Amino acid sequence: MEVKSDRVIDARGSYCPGPLMELIKAIKEEEVGKVIEVWSSDKSSAKDIPEWVKKAGHELIGVFEEDGYWRIVVRKTK
Amino acid sequence: MKRIVVVGGGVAGTLTANYLASHLRDEIREKRISITLISDKDKQLYEPGLLYLIFNRLYESDIFMPIKYLVDPLIDLKIETATKIDLDNEKVYTDKNGYDYDYLVIATGSRVVPEEIPGLTEAGYWFYNYEGAVKLREALANFAGGKIVVSVMGVPHKCPVAPIEVTFMLHDFLKLHGIRDKSQIVYTYPINKVFTMDPVAEMVERMFEERGIEYRTFFNPIEVDAKNRKIITLEGEEESFDLLISIPPHKGAKIIFDSGIGDKSGFVPTDRFTLRVEGYDNAYAVGDATNLPVSKAGSVAHFEAEVVSENIAAEIKGYPPTAVYTGKAFCFIETGFEEATYIWFDYYTPPMPVKPNKFVHWMKMAYNKAYWLTARGIL
Repeated sequence: MEVKSDRVIDARGSYCPGPLMELIKAIKEEEVGKVIEVWSSDKSSAKDIPEWVKKAGHELIGVFEEDGYWRIVVRKTK
Repeated sequence: MKRIVVVGGGVAGTLTANYLASHLRDEIREKRISITLISDKDKQLYEPGLLYLIFNRLYESDIFMPIKYLVDPLIDLKIETATKIDLDNEKVYTDKNGYDYDYLVIATGSRVVPEEIPGLTEAGYWFYNYEGAVKLREALANFAGGKIVVSVMGVPHKCPVAPIEVTFMLHDFLKLHGIRDKSQIVYTYPINKVFTMDPVAEMVERMFEERGIEYRTFFNPIEVDAKNRKIITLEGEEESFDLLISIPPHKGAKIIFDSGIGDKSGFVPTDRFTLRVEGYDNAYAVGDATNLPVSKAGSVAHFEAEVVSENIAAEIKGYPPTAVYTGKAFCFIETGFEEATYIWFDYYTPPMPVKPNKFVHWMKMAYNKAYWLTARGIL
């Protein structure tokens, strides 16, 4: 089932500071329970972001491949 | 007469104003156009110079310049503090006046907010503003050995490569003073590698290992325990230190918050190609002030200033505005006191650093002097 995101970060085309850094910024800014979605055209985001989400203890809702980019959906849990 | 108002006297604002003056020389002389540059400081700081100031390799006289010497005589320079930008009514307020505009350029920059990490102002140092750099210069001069942690504490921050540069330069500085063997250098970064871009991260990780520099990744500090001298992270880790060189979190300028025109961090929502402020046809944002996922760096401000000035000038002259910003950035990367590399990249092209060498280092040293020509719109 598709989860409705509270915030969408379009980081397509970004190499620096990078989609993960945009997500970390959003995680710091948003409240616990909010769902944040990052769009990245950088394939490594689909691997790196879930890795950080796991280490930092947040919930990975899913990684969805779209036309030329990935949607990574995360819920802030703490 | 059409009025262009540029808010901010840093790289982005000064360059945009100077380029506009260059494109619109006849129109200004014929009093059909005016350009007003509002700066809250009468001197411009060459911020990349702070990296050298802390090691006594550049001095105050190298890195400060009166703005009146940098701007084209056709620009009306106002040393006033802008307090509010009213985008709907097309007016900028300062502590002394109000300025109506037909075109607005927001170049209000970014600033460090070390107070956002509890304990950091008590126990940490930084070089991302002049006041911080002066304190760090003193601390480094008196450092006799121990554990130094270089920690990137927030994203985004100015000059993404500066934390890497300061780490390499620190290694050479400690060697020069004969205390490298009594010292431990630890570099920390928020993501799972030492830099956002793979080609740079791979090169730097290898060079860190060659120099015995340790690094921690996925490391996002949330607090500094000043009493016990340790950093505590979002991921639940701790790292002790004797000297902490932090890259504090950054925010947009106070005026952006006070005007209600930014995102939660005070950065202005900006179109990534046209650099127009989202929702407004006659307002642009350049440099660190934007919310764009590009480096907050002088080179970005430089390339953005070219696009904005060309498009505003084209509209005024009655041509279609066709300049497009493509995310272009250029960064020198010092890899010590003797060598450097560089990268350039844009929205479509990843960076590819060259092998560090003396030539690029001397190019950077020369550019540290030549920057004032860039600010004037010449280089």
